[in-house]
Amino acid sequence: MDHPGWVLFGTWVAALLTLGIATFLYKDNPVYKFCEAVFVGISAGYWFVSYFWQTLLPKLGYPFYAGLKSWFVGPAQGPGWLVLIIPGILGVMMLLRLVPKAGWIARWPLAFVVGYTAGLRLITFLQSNAMTQLQNSVEPVIRYSQSGSFLGWESFNVLLVTVGTFAGLFYFFFSQEHKGVFGRVARVGTWFLMITFGAAFGYTVMGRMSLLIGRLDFLLADWLHLIR
Amino acid sequence: MFTARKSALLHLSLVALLLCFAGTISLAQPPAGGPDTTRTAIVPRAPGNPLTEDTKGDEGGSITVRWTLSPDDTGGFITGYEILRAAKLDGPFKSVGFASPRATRFADGSTFDDSSYYYKIVATGATGSSETPVIGPAQSSPQWFNTNRGNVLVIGFLVSGAILYYIASARKGKKLFIRRIAGLEAVQDAIGRATEMGRPILYIPGIQDMDDVQTVAGVTILGYVARTIAEYDTRLEVPTSRSIVMSTARETIRSAFLAAGRPEKYSDDIVHYVTDEQFGYVAAVDGIMVREKPATCFYMGAFFAEALIMAETGNSIGAIQIAGTAMPAQLPFFVAACDYTLIGEELFAASAYLSNEPRQLGSLKGQDVGKSIAMLVIAAGVALFTLNQITRVQWFASAGQWLKDLFLLN
Repeated sequence: MDHPGWVLFGTWVAALLTLGIATFLYKDNPVYKFCEAVFVGISAGYWFVSYFWQTLLPKLGYPFYAGLKSWFVGPAQGPGWLVLIIPGILGVMMLLRLVPKAGWIARWPLAFVVGYTAGLRLITFLQSNAMTQLQNSVEPVIRYSQSGSFLGWESFNVLLVTVGTFAGLFYFFFSQEHKGVFGRVARVGTWFLMITFGAAFGYTVMGRMSLLIGRLDFLLADWLHLIR
Repeated sequence: MFTARKSALLHLSLVALLLCFAGTISLAQPPAGGPDTTRTAIVPRAPGNPLTEDTKGDEGGSITVRWTLSPDDTGGFITGYEILRAAKLDGPFKSVGFASPRATRFADGSTFDDSSYYYKIVATGATGSSETPVIGPAQSSPQWFNTNRGNVLVIGFLVSGAILYYIASARKGKKLFIRRIAGLEAVQDAIGRATEMGRPILYIPGIQDMDDVQTVAGVTILGYVARTIAEYDTRLEVPTSRSIVMSTARETIRSAFLAAGRPEKYSDDIVHYVTDEQFGYVAAVDGIMVREKPATCFYMGAFFAEALIMAETGNSIGAIQIAGTAMPAQLPFFVAACDYTLIGEELFAASAYLSNEPRQLGSLKGQDVGKSIAMLVIAAGVALFTLNQITRVQWFASAGQWLKDLFLLN
């Protein structure tokens, strides 16, 4: 595939597909439909193959086979591989969805996935999104340097973060109507959120611009050789 | 013949020898507080009080080695501590890691449980090294509980307890107030709009799998939306990016249609899998939007860069769009391009809000208790540390640090 002919062919295919997808900016058209179908079809097939060779076989197939082989043929291996039977059975139960009369069995592995997600994420979110954030929010809003001089900007920064954190928590308080003093503080929280979103918007748009520049660079340099 | 001169020389030599010996002894006991720089060839002294123990609160396979600093560990004299390990008391020892200067512990994470190990700690410097006596045997083993994370358990119980209390209260009939959420108030109107226009509703449950809580929230809201759609007899389309999400969404919609008394209207074709590939999925969704021209688009779940592409396409076809996500980087795009946006936790509150089910309302109320605790802790901690800065009273700092350490993850 490193042959110059294949590289040239690949560049042309990529360029034409890029332009084909870009025609969507005008309106829906057969070229876009074709490119969309190719993209969806190839990516779906690629992911299937990828999951089979990079997930299913190395994590289930090969270890299970090695364990079975060690059991019957040797050399002896610890019983740890037997635990793979559980995800194997759950996977087969999921596939039973394709059998109309046995489709109800697929609900059990689905329940398992949703259940373990909730249990696992409860602790990780409690630690990362609550406790660590709480710990880092507890800071003095008035700061002095080691020599005793007042640090104005640092103090303002911490004050801003503290007020924003409080106001944001007020906004997400669902048990209280946003009225009176509570409503005004929640309003401040809304302002903090919107200003943050504006900054994130601008920052992310810059990232998207760089992606566009990357594609234009491919089209003008790699494909048409108009720029170096 | 031993002359007087030779005798004097001998005496002088003996005295010189004694002086050298005395000097050597005095060199061996340098003054405390730093390396003795009077010796010409300085070899760092070994660290003190070595001991080994099984690393606490882990899943096994780790032994912690501790020591007190070498007296020469100041001013960069010591370059580090090398940890040597052997399976037998008399070796052979091999290196299992290095600790930096001023370190007093090392976790050896390459042990096999229930096997005995012996250790030596070597203080290394530019001019040589010294080692401790052999210590051990030590064995690693797994523990059922990580007692270092006891505070996580307590906080988890507190929040869970509050949730369970309010769920019980709601079940007993107590009315729990939930404030108005604009985006959710508009769901009914959005579905009605699609029904009147005779156009379908598009629901996107995010591009992550069911192991993401946002997807779980999105599919839960889909259940409520599907029930309303079944009652209104509107067409629904749910393209998914993950096969398990497809299966779950089908189950959810089937149950919703059954609950609405319209099981005959359900079809598996309502939910279809597209592709796992992010931009392949959004290309397909955009195609659906411009061809099917849905009147209402829901985006509820976890999204990444495709969020703006979908939202802008939905805008271009004149659909009413209601989005909800907890992805901070995508919220700005949804806020800019959609009619209503559920920000962060509002997505997770939506299912409780829409269903009005006591169990879910109670959990929402319980979460507010958690937020109240957080606000109180932050207020108290900030006040204590600030008072310390103003008054220089150490007690305030100690109290604030104690409060802060309650949430420290060890």
